[in-house]
Amino acid sequence: MHELAICQALIGEVAAVARSEHATSVSDIFVRVGPLSGVEYPLMQDAFPLAAAGTVASEATLHLEATPVRVACGECGEESDVPANRLVCKHCGAWRTQLISGDELLLQRVVLEGHNPGEQQHV
Amino acid sequence: MCDTCGCNVTPANEHLVAEGGHLAHTAAGNESVEVLKGLLDANDHVAGHNREHFERHGVFAVNLMSSPGAGKTSLLEATIDAFGPELNIAVVEGDLETENDARRIRDKGVAAIQISTGSACHLDAHMVHTALHDLELDGVDVLFIENVGNLVCPASFDLGQHRNVALLSTPEGHDKPAKYPVMFRAADLVLITKSDLLEVLGDFDPATAESCLRQVANPAPLFEVSARDGTGMDNWLDWLRQEAGARE
Repeated sequence: MHELAICQALIGEVAAVARSEHATSVSDIFVRVGPLSGVEYPLMQDAFPLAAAGTVASEATLHLEATPVRVACGECGEESDVPANRLVCKHCGAWRTQLISGDELLLQRVVLEGHNPGEQQHV
Repeated sequence: MCDTCGCNVTPANEHLVAEGGHLAHTAAGNESVEVLKGLLDANDHVAGHNREHFERHGVFAVNLMSSPGAGKTSLLEATIDAFGPELNIAVVEGDLETENDARRIRDKGVAAIQISTGSACHLDAHMVHTALHDLELDGVDVLFIENVGNLVCPASFDLGQHRNVALLSTPEGHDKPAKYPVMFRAADLVLITKSDLLEVLGDFDPATAESCLRQVANPAPLFEVSARDGTGMDNWLDWLRQEAGARE
């Protein structure tokens, strides 16, 4: 279980963005998580307040967006949405597929409060 | 790439930071900032340094992963014995506690660094980086990083290795790749260990294990090996020779 460590990394990234934007706090954090990233969403939600306590994101809401597991077939070229442990083409049954979505662990967007546009720097 | 000089703004994402892009202002006057940064970037950055370090020394680095007790250390002992002076081996051992595994490797005359992770259930690139400070890599051909026994977390952390080897011991059951797809999807080679028990167990079907591995779209080879009686070790040793040779 490394969701707490992941949340600490997340807070580190969020704090860096808040600093560079001269924001006083963060209200929302949007993260994309794929089932094949190895991270469990409920555990990450539980761990988030522990990692956020005492930081610029202590009042922030964590929005986790689960991405679908999707593969492109190396044989027929079709794409399919599939279960995480069955990455097989739904059209022709071939197992030689490429994962095109489902292993993301990505900080997508943050909403900042109290920033001063006059002092704003480029992200 | 860094957060200070703007070099993380690329042709692919500059529309987000341009005026009118996703760097939008919300109704409440709050600012929404598009970030698009991987949460493991810090780890992956250090892993990249580790990999460069291995390559400078001409070392082939293997990340060994499995459940606890699947036979990683026994496999290493048998591998060291089989190679003798042919290949110079060094080992980084990851465990929650004790120096026991490193001691077993040192008893074979091979350099071993023990990382005691405390309660951490996996190695990360930083831990390996620190361990490398105490390990002389000159003259080493193959570095084995024996990860903490765990089929979950180690799969998510790049250590800087060149290849992932996942061990699946016969008493665990042949459907492990279906139960732990993240781990087995990441494997470059799967070793079915304790193959000497196949006959006794009677319910482990190597063909089913292979089928479960293909279901996670992994074309990696599977070898049955027994570190105890030496059966199948040749396939594993040849794979290592070939991979290590490719990096000299």
